[in-house]
Amino acid sequence: MEKLTLKTTQRYREQQRAVIEKRLKPDQLTGGQMEVMVCRSTGCESIEAKRILERLKKVVNSKGLDDKIHITQTGCFGFCEKGPIVKVLPENVYYVMVKPDDIEEIVEKHFVEGNIVDSMLMEEQQGKTGRREEISLFKKQMRIVLRNNGRIDPESVNEYIAVDGYTALEKVLNGMTPEEVIATLKLAGLRGRGGAGFPIWQKWTNARKAIGENKFIICNGDEGDPGAFMDSSVLEGDPHSVIEAMAIAAYTIGASKGYFYVRAEYGLAIRRIQVAIDQAYALGLLGKNVLGSDFSFDLEIRLGAGAFVCGEETALIASIEGERGTPRPRPPYPSISGLFGMPTVINNVETLANIAPIINNGGEWFASIGTETSKGTKVFALTGKVNVSGLIEVPMGTTIREIVFDIGGGIAGGKKVKAVQTGGPSGGIIPEKYFDTPIDYESLNSLGSMMGSGGMIVMDEDDSMVDIAKFYIQFSVDESCGKCAPCRIGNYQILQILERFGKKRGKEDDLEKLHDIAFAMKKGSLCGLGQTSPNPVISTLKYFPEEYNEKIRKPKIVQTK
Amino acid sequence: METLHEEITDEIRAILDKWKPKEGNLIMILHGVQQRYGYVPWNISKFLASELSVPLARIFEVVTFYNFFNLEAPADYKISVCTGTACHLKGAPVLIQGLKKQLKISPKAQYTEDRKFKVEEVRCVGCCGLAPAMVINEEVYGRLKPEDIEPTLETIKIEETS
Ligand SMILES: Cc1cc2nc3c(=O)[nH]c(=O)nc-3n(C[C@H](O)[C@H](O)[C@H](O)COP(=O)(O)O)c2cc1C
Ligand code: FES
Repeated sequence: MEKLTLKTTQRYREQQRAVIEKRLKPDQLTGGQMEVMVCRSTGCESIEAKRILERLKKVVNSKGLDDKIHITQTGCFGFCEKGPIVKVLPENVYYVMVKPDDIEEIVEKHFVEGNIVDSMLMEEQQGKTGRREEISLFKKQMRIVLRNNGRIDPESVNEYIAVDGYTALEKVLNGMTPEEVIATLKLAGLRGRGGAGFPIWQKWTNARKAIGENKFIICNGDEGDPGAFMDSSVLEGDPHSVIEAMAIAAYTIGASKGYFYVRAEYGLAIRRIQVAIDQAYALGLLGKNVLGSDFSFDLEIRLGAGAFVCGEETALIASIEGERGTPRPRPPYPSISGLFGMPTVINNVETLANIAPIINNGGEWFASIGTETSKGTKVFALTGKVNVSGLIEVPMGTTIREIVFDIGGGIAGGKKVKAVQTGGPSGGIIPEKYFDTPIDYESLNSLGSMMGSGGMIVMDEDDSMVDIAKFYIQFSVDESCGKCAPCRIGNYQILQILERFGKKRGKEDDLEKLHDIAFAMKKGSLCGLGQTSPNPVISTLKYFPEEYNEKIRKPKIVQTK
Repeated sequence: METLHEEITDEIRAILDKWKPKEGNLIMILHGVQQRYGYVPWNISKFLASELSVPLARIFEVVTFYNFFNLEAPADYKISVCTGTACHLKGAPVLIQGLKKQLKISPKAQYTEDRKFKVEEVRCVGCCGLAPAMVINEEVYGRLKPEDIEPTLETIKIEETS
């Protein structure tokens, strides 16, 4: 393959665009032409998406339809609960829970005879012409991070280039100074999506100014929050968008080497990233003299090994260095002294996926989306007791109620909703009475939860809050690295108390003890794990004290703090 | 259990050659080892220690810190039940109970007596939309109900005898 340069990319892009033009503009599909897309993300893949794709190709071929019907694999469409999913253009219909044996029928009735197989459609599309707008999961969504998910083949760099991929890197190398990149990010107001919400322009500036022989950029793809799959979906569905952003970050801070840190359990994501890295090298988008410029950048994958704490940036660095993943005290922050003691920028997958659109469309555009303090969109993995679980992206400022009811379709089985949980083991529970709060970093913090990486788990009237708190604390006990005492001992002591409550044997002074231990952990723990792990307990105590009171042996009225 | 002695293959030497020059290579090497043997065998750890010129304790502190690495030979069938939040809410604990009962594994143990089956808990396998989920060897089973356990195990046993 010939390497691209800043001069040749535009022509190459036009050629690639012509190849998939009709998928991008379905109204040009005429005379029985069709674009068929099969989701191949972890969820669908695990239930036979591969066989469905193979079968589709075979049946279409056997009917002599190869010229008319174009079949591709893509990333996640969003409604994972209904997988495997096949989308067909120009009709814009989604076949759900497809089985390999259904393929003959779909091809014969729909592709040959032109009659959509109504009974296999997403319920909402049945009996209708079936347009994207009619699916409630897409209502109120805005796709920036997930822009290419479900649209292009994640294993094709050419398709990424066709949809304006690598234009941001081109723009930067074509004459933006690092200062201009940083100014654009400052104007955009992009904050970190990995949890804490630190301004990106600030982090990049610190690393740019820091002095070091080498500098590094790391993509945090550890996604330790159990019950969350936002980052893996981006990595599986659009790996080039993250590679492009890492190259831009490296150029800006003056790094020449980057690492993807991905959890080992994410086999499919790891494979797709490797494919993408190899393709980018082959086209001259990575390696020496990127796009023929003076800028050189190398990228490699490092695997996690099943330790939640390794999502924490200093523990992650220890892990890449080949050590046990235990955190170090900060400061110094990694932007000053990080990997191998060098200035290092660590950003989350979703944060990075925002970079190229910001460079392309400008900081003002991004800043026009969202709330006063939190700009842009947020991706959530909506799961639990909602009707439609899946992957969604909404502008900051959307309310929890809109997410649960308008997008998620309300609670399954006609039950009453009780609460949602955000922020995973570091987050808290938000009861139904606060569902009209617009979501941003500050509002979630003030409710005693946090944005976290984006797991949103919906709970109904059957779910016991004490059980949920116990579930998360058990998780933190298992995952505490053991280095500092407040976290190691505190979580364990809280668990002992909650186990008593689980057996309805809580003691009267237990509630006060819980508060005391939580307070000590918040103040005394070395890293974010111990500082935030009591949150699920504190928030359930605050909002659902009656559920704890019921489980005390001699009931009495509790005063919550 | 007795410690097994595994052969040091060319594959392992190739992994060492690839990673030896790189900084912070130990975890990637261990991944290679586990992929080859299904666990990190004792004699291979000793071999790595001498090849990398590090104390054996350094290898063990890393292997034991990370959940992903195993020190015991794998069972023929590894059943990993997801106990991530989504799966927990949708009945993972009941699934585990059911599985262990069917396979006659006591609640605190993981292996069947003949070490053919292992039931372990993992945190989120990334298919939360399909909760509750479990993975048998590489295959994912989603949207499970407790009554699905028996037929699923039956199919495995039939496949094995056929
Ligand atoms: C216990 C713990 C676990 C964390 N896990 C993750 C994770 O899985 N993914 C992630 O991106 N950030 C995680 N973080 C946050 C990182 O330390 C870091 O702030 C983040 O990767 C920075 O990227 P951002 O600025 O783009 O958000 C975790 C933090 C703590 C304290
Ligand atoms: S919580 Fe079970 S797959 Fe994510």
